[in-house]
Parts: sequence; structure tokens; C-alpha cells
Amino acid sequence: MDFSVSIGPLRLVNPLIAASGCFGYGVEYADVVDLASLGGVAVKGLFLAEREGHPPPRIVETPAGMLNAIGLQGIGVHRFIAERLPELRERRATVIVNICGTTLDEYVEVARILSDAEGVAALELNISCPNIKEGGITFGCSLPGTHQVVSAVREVTHLPVIPKLTPNVTDVASFARAAEDAGADAISLVNTFLAMAIDVDTRRPKLSNIVGGLSGPAIRPIAVRMVYECRRAVKIPIIGMGGIAAAEDVLEFMIAGANAVQVGTMNFVDPFVWNKLLTGLHAYMTRHGIERLADIVGTVDTSAREKAWISS
Amino acid sequence: MPVDTDAAVIANRRLSSDYNVLSFDAPDLAATVRPGQFVMVKTSRGLDPLLRRPFSVFEVLRDADGRALGFSIFNKSIGAGTRLLSEMESGARLNILGPLGRPFEPVDPPADAWMIAGGVGLAPFVTLAEALVARGTRATLFYGARRGEELYCVGLFEALGVRIVLATEDGSRGVHGRITAPLEEELRARPLGQPVKLYACGPTPMMHACADLARAHGRACDVSLEQVMGCGLGGCYSCVVMARTGEGAPPHHTRTCIEGPVFDASRIVWGSLAGH
Repeated sequence: MDFSVSIGPLRLVNPLIAASGCFGYGVEYADVVDLASLGGVAVKGLFLAEREGHPPPRIVETPAGMLNAIGLQGIGVHRFIAERLPELRERRATVIVNICGTTLDEYVEVARILSDAEGVAALELNISCPNIKEGGITFGCSLPGTHQVVSAVREVTHLPVIPKLTPNVTDVASFARAAEDAGADAISLVNTFLAMAIDVDTRRPKLSNIVGGLSGPAIRPIAVRMVYECRRAVKIPIIGMGGIAAAEDVLEFMIAGANAVQVGTMNFVDPFVWNKLLTGLHAYMTRHGIERLADIVGTVDTSAREKAWISS
Repeated sequence: MPVDTDAAVIANRRLSSDYNVLSFDAPDLAATVRPGQFVMVKTSRGLDPLLRRPFSVFEVLRDADGRALGFSIFNKSIGAGTRLLSEMESGARLNILGPLGRPFEPVDPPADAWMIAGGVGLAPFVTLAEALVARGTRATLFYGARRGEELYCVGLFEALGVRIVLATEDGSRGVHGRITAPLEEELRARPLGQPVKLYACGPTPMMHACADLARAHGRACDVSLEQVMGCGLGGCYSCVVMARTGEGAPPHHTRTCIEGPVFDASRIVWGSLAGH
């Protein structure tokens, strides 16, 4: 059985990627997960310099989900290369570095630095974090901004460029097209949904940042719909994510049009989720006589539903 | 390396309307626990509540030969997850990951060890007391609560030969007032030539007061911090606390799960913590 998938020039052993912001720098999980057995590891978002992030409370649990406003705490690109990348390389992880910027120049600079580092497989452009005010999502919420940052990074790197899209827009497919037009090798979606939770006794927001990003199984159907819309809009590979908790969820995203998936929040709940997902995929492929997992990508069959709609 | 286990509940001992001690059959996990370490407990089989909850290992349960059979947690019902744990029945299975985190370092004689616990902060001290007693260190438990009936499990410490000092805010048991008052008195009375190390766990203002007292009297103090945790493995960055990495180093957001939960109290920037 063949679990491998391709994301542009990148070949992954399976479609399961640890989502950025949900897996530290990967090395934190090396004791409990064989990093080489994952399709990829998308490390925590990196700016040029270190960042402290927001004060706690940074997370709050919600029905079948959670809000976070970490604020992209991170060690910066230089310390990442010096202190984390060697171990990731040694453990043969396929490293996707999530890069951030408060300005266009910062994205370009971080991309340039990582392009010269040994052991980076791809760059995921974080233009979608809802928790920082400057840069980032201001690119991701504007079509010209998305085009501009993808083109600029595209120009300075030989690595696959994967902009990570925000769901906090009216028409996510148009952003997928802007990314494709600008030369993106693939897109990943969705980042978290901007959301809020309030303590009714104190009438205070439950997060220090007031608002945060909603993730977890609660968002999955919306994310699946968005992947489906993007699949119809672009030709480039899609990495789908949003509340994946079981093999069926991986399959749902792939059938909707995702070539690979990322698992984020559920990794907090169950760091051993990866083996369970692989076992479930194996069982599904056996049951349906599927030899190559990649063959199911985008095979959602809407014909009967469309027919019913027309005839009604 | 943490163990992932589907542990059966072997007992649910109710202490009051909101406190209970839940015991698990988990020999592999229990065999490797060090004092002050914690476990991440999945309180439901499904997706709601979604996240695991961190708990100090309260007691390591042993057979007559001293072999570890399992462990217990000290639970206070304060939300959806802890409420489920308070209602859990024997035979139920829960997914538990652990042991996790940086443990207490028990001091050796001739130093004494003073443990200061407030409310649910009693949780990490049974395992520490056992480790202290095992190495012959004289141990004292300073234990405070609002009311006398909220002072639980004192007998566990008495059975180990730990000296007990109690305080209640309503004066119904032990010293009338906060537990830091008798602590301060004893710190004042103790000659500097007699070493003592403090270990504190409880409400943030109590731990802050212990940290200040320890500094004022030139004593070392470790605190076990309880922060909201998403994963317990260093992945989510939700449990951070402002702490200094070393002498003179600027404070930064430090993960409680992997760099704690036990910290040298002098490293913590107390004003940055919730509950202040």
C-alpha cells in the first residue's frame, strides 16, 4: 500500500503533517513520536527575532475545541537553525518551517536565511495568524497583499512556498487563486477562526488578548467546505486542516480535495494520534481496495446531489 | 519518557462535596513517578471536554512488598473536566499520559524540609514527603485552608512521621489566619546555622508570600506552579510563566510543563501570574 503524497516538488511518506503552533519545534515530541514517520513537521512560526508572545491566559477550552492567543512566542530564525534544526535533521524529520513577518522585508529575510540552511524541506507562509496586530494577517486578508508576499518570497527561495490561508475572509477561494497566481507551490488551510469567550461572572474575556483563534473538531465542517471550494479554484496542491481527530477526518479532507493534511489541536489531546490515524487509513484502503492513498484526492462525488437539486 | 495508559479507576474516595481522591490501576506509570511530577488526564472518552487536565500525582499506591500498583490524584471539582472526575466510578477507564515535568529535589539531612500547602496545593506533597522520609530528612507540613473541614488527608503525613502545622482562615482548626503566619514565625526563630529548604504549592498569593519570606530569611524555596495547560509536552506554549533563566538574565515566558512545574521561587516574576 502506498501512503505517499506529493506537495509540488515535495514527496511525503504519508499525508500526515504536524501543524504549526501545535507541535513546538518538533523536538519536544521526539520522545513520544518518531518524527521520520510523519509526512512532515510544520514547526512553530518564526520571525527574524525572538518573541515573547501574549501574557496568559493564552488558551480556553470551548465545546469540542479551544481558543488560543499565544501571540507567536518563538525563538527566532537564527536560534531555530542553531539549536533545533540539527536535531530535526538527525531525526530525519521532513521540516516545513512556518515563517512570519511584521513587514514584507521580514518575510523575505526569514525566507532567505532558511533557504541557506540545511534540512529545511519547505516554507509555510504564515499570513493568517489572528493573534498579532502587525503584519501577518493584514497580508492574508487582502488579495494584493497575499499576492505580494507570496511573489516576494517566491523570488528569493528555491524551497517550495506554501502560504497558509486564513478562513476569516468572505471568499477563501479567491485567496487561493491569488496565491497560485503569485507562484505558490501549494496552499495550506485553514488557520484558526477569530473567536471570543467571556467569563459571565467577571464579564471579562477569558483570554488576555481578548480574542483568539478557534481550532479543534468544532471547526472541521467549515474547514472541509473551504478546502472543497479551493480545490475547485486552483490546480496547486492543498494541505487541509481543521479539527482532524480520526482517520475518517483525514479522508474527508482528502476526498474534498486536500493532497495532505495537518493535525494540530488533537496532537495536544493525544500525542499518539499519528499511529491511530495511519492504522485507520490502512483499514479504509483495505476495505475499499485502494492501493494508492493519493488516488482519493478530490474524488468527492457531488453528481447525485446536483442532479437532485436540479430536478427538485 | 512518559507512558500513555488506559487506566482503570480502582477507587473514588469522596472527601467533601467538591474534593475527591481518584485512584488508578497504572503500574508502569506509577513505577517511574518522581515527587512533584504530574500526569495529563483525559476526562472524557469523546471530544467534550476536549483537552486533558494536568494533575500532580498525589499518592503512589504500593502492594505489601513496595511494588507500585498505581497512583491517585487529588481532585477539586471546579469545572467540566474536574466535575466528571469527581463523579467517576470504579471500573471506568481514563486515558492518562505521564509522568511529566521537572520533579522536586528533596533535600538531604542535616537540612530540614518545610512543605507549605494551601487548599488543593496539597497534591504534590505526599510523594515529596515519602522521598524526604526515605532519605532521613526531617519534614514539616504547613497546611492552610479556609475552614477546618477543608484540611484533608493530614493522616497520610502523620503516618509518615511528618510534623504538622495547620492554619485556617476561620480559626476552626490550627492557627487562626493564613498558613504563612506560623511559617514566618518559625523562619524567624530558626538559627541560620540550621539549614532548611521550603517547598510551596497553593494559591498564587500564598506561593508569592512564601517566596518573599524565603528570600528575606535567606532560605531556598521551590514552588510547584499550576497553570492552564494544553498538552503537557511543550507543544502549545499555553502554560507559560514569566521566569528568569539564570542570575541576572531577563525574565521570559517559560513553559511550566517542561521547565516546571517545579521552579526555584526566586526565578518567578510573581506580578505576572494570574490570581494577583
